[in-house]
Amino acid sequence: MNSFLPELSNVYFNYLLLSSVLFCIGVVGVIIRKNIIIIFMSIELMLNAVNLLLVNFSNMHNDPNGQVFVFFIMVVAAAEVTVGLAILVMVYRNTGSVNIDTLKNLKG
Amino acid sequence: MEQLLFIILSVISVAAALCVIFVRNPIYSVLSLVITFFSIAGHYILLKAQFLAIVNIIVYAGAIMVLFLFVIMLLNLNNTENQEKRSFVSKAIAVVAGGLLLVSLVGLLKGSVLTPTTGGISSDDIGTVQRLGKVLFTDFVLPFEISSILFLSAIIGAVMLGKKDLKDH
Repeated sequence: MNSFLPELSNVYFNYLLLSSVLFCIGVVGVIIRKNIIIIFMSIELMLNAVNLLLVNFSNMHNDPNGQVFVFFIMVVAAAEVTVGLAILVMVYRNTGSVNIDTLKNLKG
Repeated sequence: MEQLLFIILSVISVAAALCVIFVRNPIYSVLSLVITFFSIAGHYILLKAQFLAIVNIIVYAGAIMVLFLFVIMLLNLNNTENQEKRSFVSKAIAVVAGGLLLVSLVGLLKGSVLTPTTGGISSDDIGTVQRLGKVLFTDFVLPFEISSILFLSAIIGAVMLGKKDLKDH
């Protein structure tokens, strides 16, 4: 633990830690929940962790390119959520549930 | 001062993120995620990305979360009786797996060399609209245009999927 403490004074490393924690929370959310909407929100959480990391590195290297990447990630996230929620509404219309365990018709 | 703000915002964002995945009612999950996005916008302001902070609030907390809320209320999912039944053991295993992922990530990143690059443009105006717009419309103009095609296909896909029955056409 003693070798760990000097790193905590580095503000960039703190953001690295925070992004890792948020990303892992998103991964756990994808694993433990069965509601498709919650799984989507966990994916959004992971995307935001990556965005935070990119902004951190952009600030660290004094380079605006990282923030432009964040824009494109937001674009892709918005498109993904739009199509995903449309698929979710269709699934609900066909099966009457948003539990992912009902979606096992492709199981061999 | 910045350290204190960082700690406060981090605690808020991690606590709200934990609420997102552990709260049973989906409405509360969405509201916790909105809180997470606001605290991440605060982090962006700390990192001198002012424009991204505003965009984060407008796009994520404004548009995407309203879409989620709209779907939850449309499908009437905010009742808590049709809850998912997942055994405690599998939940515990999932949490342990996520914790192990976190430990390995932190162990991987622990020895990373994080020396800031100085020089070039001044660090205070990286995140301004002027600077970002210049980069976006010169270096990244092709991905910018391609993303419009992505949006168009997303719109068409959402409309097609949302139709009542596709067999009529």
